[in-house]
Amino acid sequence: MAGEENRGAAEERGPSGAPGVPALEVAGIQKWFGTVHANDDVSVAVDAGTIHGIIGENGAGKSTLMSIVYGYYQADGGEIRVGGKPVAIRGPEDAISHGIGMVHQHFMLVDTFTVLENVVLGVESGYLLRRSLAEARQELERLEREYGLDVDPDAIVGDLPVGLQQRVEILKALYRGADILILDEPTGVLTPQEVDDLFRILRALRDQGRTIVLITHKLREIMALTDRVTVMRAGRVVDHVRTAETDRAQLAAMMVGRSVLLRVEKGAAAPGEALLRVENLAVRDRAGVLRVRDVSFSVRTGEIVGIAGVAGNGQSELLEALAGTLAREGGTVEIAGAPAAPGGHAEAARAMRRAGLGHVPEDRQRMGLVTAFDASESGILGYHRERQYNPRMLMSRGAVVGAVRRTMEEFDVRPPLPQLRTASFSGGNQQKIVVGREMGREPDVLLVGQPTRGVDIGAIEFIHRQLVAMRDAGKAILLVSVELDEIMSLSDRILVMFDGAIVGEVAQAQADERILGLMMAGERVAGAEAGPA
Amino acid sequence: MEAVTWIVLVIDATLRVSTPLILAAFAGMFAERSGVVDIGLEGKMLGAAFGAAAAAYVTGSPWIGLLAGIGTSVALAMIHAFACVTHKGNQVVSGMALNILVAGLGPVLSLAWFGQGGQTPMVSDAGRFRPLHFPFADRLADVPFLAQIYSEIVSGHNLIVYLALGMVPLAAWFIYKTRFGLRLRAVGEAPEAVDTAGISVAGMRYRAMVVCGILCGVAGTSLSIAQNALFVRDMTAGMGYLALAALIFGKWRPVPTLFACFLFAFADAVQARLQGVDIPGVGIIPVQAIQALPYLLTVLLLAGFVGKAVPPRASGVPYVKER
Repeated sequence: MAGEENRGAAEERGPSGAPGVPALEVAGIQKWFGTVHANDDVSVAVDAGTIHGIIGENGAGKSTLMSIVYGYYQADGGEIRVGGKPVAIRGPEDAISHGIGMVHQHFMLVDTFTVLENVVLGVESGYLLRRSLAEARQELERLEREYGLDVDPDAIVGDLPVGLQQRVEILKALYRGADILILDEPTGVLTPQEVDDLFRILRALRDQGRTIVLITHKLREIMALTDRVTVMRAGRVVDHVRTAETDRAQLAAMMVGRSVLLRVEKGAAAPGEALLRVENLAVRDRAGVLRVRDVSFSVRTGEIVGIAGVAGNGQSELLEALAGTLAREGGTVEIAGAPAAPGGHAEAARAMRRAGLGHVPEDRQRMGLVTAFDASESGILGYHRERQYNPRMLMSRGAVVGAVRRTMEEFDVRPPLPQLRTASFSGGNQQKIVVGREMGREPDVLLVGQPTRGVDIGAIEFIHRQLVAMRDAGKAILLVSVELDEIMSLSDRILVMFDGAIVGEVAQAQADERILGLMMAGERVAGAEAGPA
Repeated sequence: MEAVTWIVLVIDATLRVSTPLILAAFAGMFAERSGVVDIGLEGKMLGAAFGAAAAAYVTGSPWIGLLAGIGTSVALAMIHAFACVTHKGNQVVSGMALNILVAGLGPVLSLAWFGQGGQTPMVSDAGRFRPLHFPFADRLADVPFLAQIYSEIVSGHNLIVYLALGMVPLAAWFIYKTRFGLRLRAVGEAPEAVDTAGISVAGMRYRAMVVCGILCGVAGTSLSIAQNALFVRDMTAGMGYLALAALIFGKWRPVPTLFACFLFAFADAVQARLQGVDIPGVGIIPVQAIQALPYLLTVLLLAGFVGKAVPPRASGVPYVKER
């Protein structure tokens, strides 16, 4: 019966509440995690019937704040008000009963269940499923019609693409009678077209009087969608502004506390001969699935080639095959004119490094670092056999620490303490340790996977500048990223991967989001392949 | 005619042997579907067998024995839940610890209370679940085959055999057709989804462990005061592990798990019948080799024929909210 009560309560309150009273208000929220002050006196008022953005760098405390509103964590101080009345939210069930719904960054769905089962979970109307599901089906179909949220109620959620899974999350919240919908970094896993769909749905929800809170670190989304913005930095609210009265540069400056370059400053590329040449490459992943089919391209000295694509279309396997950690099924790879050894065996990654290849892996915590090691040890992984660290029989700790400290200073790792455990560094600084290790050897070819995933703006800027500097020094750089902005601003040429194949190439000057988005969805766009070969 | 008798007797034995196996496997199903790996099925059965035999001996009532068996088993299940759900301990370690604890505690308590060298005294017939004989057996006596089938297979088992068989559709119904079942399946697959839906993950897991305890309790009771008349040390003889194997072989689903239990029980019934039998062309197979048959079958099936058994995604993983 809980579901019916929730829906009933939502209707009684009405969609917009009393005029002038914020739909959702947090006042003076305090939250500590151990010694980390995640939320420090945070106050936000969200007007009914608006889309309110909360923007900040990773670790600024925005997700923590919304998790408190949803009852996932308890605040150490402060108050939450819904429709002007203070409420106690001790768990998600309280949030739901006050009409608050949340779409989490990592979907909270049962993959083996149908859409319908996921929607009714927790708000079944009776003990027997058959009746609950039948009733829910009608309501679900009504919601789908009303907001254009088409999903097959009987599809297994795990089989759906992420864009549709997200719709299920939204439907779940609406089915529970959510008047206030909180979305935490909703676009991270979506294609540009899916993002457009999501924005259309969110605008429709707002126009029907629902209130939406959008948590993001992407300025573009804030500008495109929101009515008002709250900027957070280091656990505190920096400012509240009307979206119409601000711009990207101002928001970015508030996020990081200083003004930043949004586009990467770089001159025209001066490409020379090819340093990395890939012919007809085919790669199977560890489960034996063919992930890369017949891929050919080259990267020349002095250029950055970007590989765009929705995650899971073979980019990761391509990168791993080039780095030597996955075996090649077919095709050849040449590094600086010499054919590369076949990958996959234990020594392959080392052989690739010796041939002049550096690799910043996509997942730094799993492949790039050992988080339980000291930074000095993580800082030499893969190069630990070098003579400079092993002057005699034993490894010289002094030499390792000294070398890593120099790299840390050069690459602005904070704090520059090699004896600190790798896990104690923030995401951005961990990444700078990896980037410093790989770039410090000045390899001819650098493979870079997701260089700025989970990295704050200051570090992104730094890493981007380093990549451009390396390009200008005449190295060849292959960049794989799911961040389209990053690909478009860094790459001199862009290759788009879909379903294991390269579907097209676009020069930086011709690249725009629409064309890349279509190609990332697998469409071959006329004229897109006409870029320089 | 002799072949028919042989088959009827094997099926009869299969039903008898499969009873505790089915109950324990379904106990494991409720636990693992909720995300708690329960390697302690063995210990719970053994504890229940002791509790049931001791109580039935003292009171002379099989029903009080059954209650004591269930009580013992549920108490052990709650210790497991307290360690694994509340305190997020390692589920294999906790289950193993309970197995070891019960293996020693049963004989020790028997010795202390009854002074009979680690086993309980014989329980009188009044204190046991005796075979039930259905009416009309005599009317069918003249009909060939049917008489044997009726009196040996349909009739003539103790109450718990029928209870176990009746429990199977009931359990399937609970798991697939009720709100409890939906939440149970969800909490073993994606506890974070259950948590954000406003349902207590720990609460669901405790409830599943209560069900697990009850079923193991009935299983243990059937061993000591239905199939036997006393508790002896290690009387479960690995049946709890066999039940776990049947659960995996059945891919955590009711009907396949039921048939996996039948298969293991059948192998056991066959091995009992084959002991000392002179097989034409082979001769007499050593008893030890024959007795190993069900276990050999387990290893073979689990190693090769199951295909990919995908357990509930969250089974064995304590639920910790992520920051």
